[in-house]
Amino acid sequence: MTLERRVFDIRSIRRDFPILKREVHGKPLVYLDNAATSQKPVQVIAEITRYYRDTNANIHRGVHTLSQEATQQYEDVREQVRALIGGGRPEEVVYTSGTTMSLNLVARGWARHRLRAGDEVVLTEIEHHSNIVPWQQLRDEVGIVLRFIPMLADGTLDMEAARRLIGPRTRLLSVTHVSNALGTIVPVRELADLAHAQGALVCVDGAQSVPHMPVDVTELGADFLAFSGHKMLGPTGTGVLWARHEILEEMEPLFGGGDMILTVTLEESTWNEIPYRFEAGTPNIEGVIALGKAIDYLTALGMDAVRTHEVELLDYALRRLGDVPGVTLFGPPDAQRRGGVVSFDLEGVHPHDIGQVLDSHGVAVRTGHHCAQPVMAALRVPATARASFYIYNTPEEVDALAEAVSDAARFFGGPTTGAARGAAHGG
Amino acid sequence: MVGDAGGAGLDELYREIILEHYRSPRRKRHLEAPNRHADGSNPLCGDQIEVEAQVDDGRVADVGFTGQGCSISQASASLMSDYVVGKPVGDALAAVGAFQQMMTTGEAPAGVDLGDIEALLGVAKFPVRVKCASLGWKTLEQALKRGGDASEATPVTTDERSM
Repeated sequence: MTLERRVFDIRSIRRDFPILKREVHGKPLVYLDNAATSQKPVQVIAEITRYYRDTNANIHRGVHTLSQEATQQYEDVREQVRALIGGGRPEEVVYTSGTTMSLNLVARGWARHRLRAGDEVVLTEIEHHSNIVPWQQLRDEVGIVLRFIPMLADGTLDMEAARRLIGPRTRLLSVTHVSNALGTIVPVRELADLAHAQGALVCVDGAQSVPHMPVDVTELGADFLAFSGHKMLGPTGTGVLWARHEILEEMEPLFGGGDMILTVTLEESTWNEIPYRFEAGTPNIEGVIALGKAIDYLTALGMDAVRTHEVELLDYALRRLGDVPGVTLFGPPDAQRRGGVVSFDLEGVHPHDIGQVLDSHGVAVRTGHHCAQPVMAALRVPATARASFYIYNTPEEVDALAEAVSDAARFFGGPTTGAARGAAHGG
Repeated sequence: MVGDAGGAGLDELYREIILEHYRSPRRKRHLEAPNRHADGSNPLCGDQIEVEAQVDDGRVADVGFTGQGCSISQASASLMSDYVVGKPVGDALAAVGAFQQMMTTGEAPAGVDLGDIEALLGVAKFPVRVKCASLGWKTLEQALKRGGDASEATPVTTDERSM
């Protein structure tokens, strides 16, 4: 594979990311921890500086020019987000600090007031902790019942079980679109149809899908969509909860304070209209405005092209890593059925040690449980190593990854029972 | 050994004696009749350890550990177990303190000869790995300090961020 065969001009993309010129331990940085956070292009970095140099003011408050400009720039991004995910109206876009806050807003702002003891929320075994813990908190508080769709050995969901678990008591299905630990693409539409047939709503964790593939809330059958800005070239501390406007209208705010009210007397207050009632206090203004530049960047590439690029890299990575003796790959074997994430382990080498050796080669991967301990329990491993790709990664970087993993195998003595491994596949 | 990774100080972290203890851990087994016991866990790394000890007349007659973890945590527990067997409980606890001091300062502790354990000195230069090296020691400390009753204790952790 060569750079020239890519779906877009990857050399020019890489020039936009200053950090990719860095060296780590004397080696060129090979950044493969994109599922944790993405790197940022100069367009986004420069926008943060531009905002503070030219525009900085508080929003929704002043009649003065700077405040009006800041407000306009901040509000314009809602329409960009709406267009990216196919929502109906810009006011359906609520800015949050990230996916975690977005999911907590669904749990606290909607479910807390709508669900009663005995009502069921259906989740899956492959959720990130941020789509498990808020529901456990609500269970302890309200008495809702949690049901988990199990994971099969290949990292996909047990759809037979899903059909049994989604029933007349189901009020909400909250499910990840793409597993952060395994890359599994969940058949959200199929699950959403099951949930909607029971009169339940559908919440989708899009943290690992919105940055990487075309996502359309109508096609997905989502009533809520949560995602983070920092995983899609934007600044940390930015995120979105999208929900259909009639659902947002019946939700309660999480925080009270400035900007979220219409009127305040000493006795009581009335809420501002959506989405402002969910955005109390001065928000991450420069972050949201810079997120707009991140969306511009991705839209110019085209989300179809982003996805095609990642599938090519992923397909290559699955083959290259699968050829390393002692490597076990987790998750669906077919690149078309997973996001740009490769979770693996190496016989006889703990993931923490894999990560350490890879770092010495300049290769940045995540090791550990990936905030998905139930997935690790289901795989019966304590942890995995995870490489995750984005628009600026190259086949040469996949080669560097595979070579570094081979080096880790050599360093720790190599596989002792390699032939017996690989039950998952590709080992 | 490791390709061309010398610049990262990998050889300093993974000394030969550490790799040797990782590949062939000493005293990694359950004891017949332990009268001290504690569990340790660093969920973020996926490290788990169980330390058992048999204390007779104020002496550590035997120690065993079981569990899973990275090379640093396993080698450290192995080196530790070899070191404390036969020592008075007070000396074993002093060794825990000396080890922790070594991880904090990056220097061999004064007044205590930890022998091969000083091969773990390089770990101090890798702050995220200090918790790996410390897990077995903190778990031993809890086992020895707690005496015979270990039924209700929560596992020891050296990982302050477990989410």
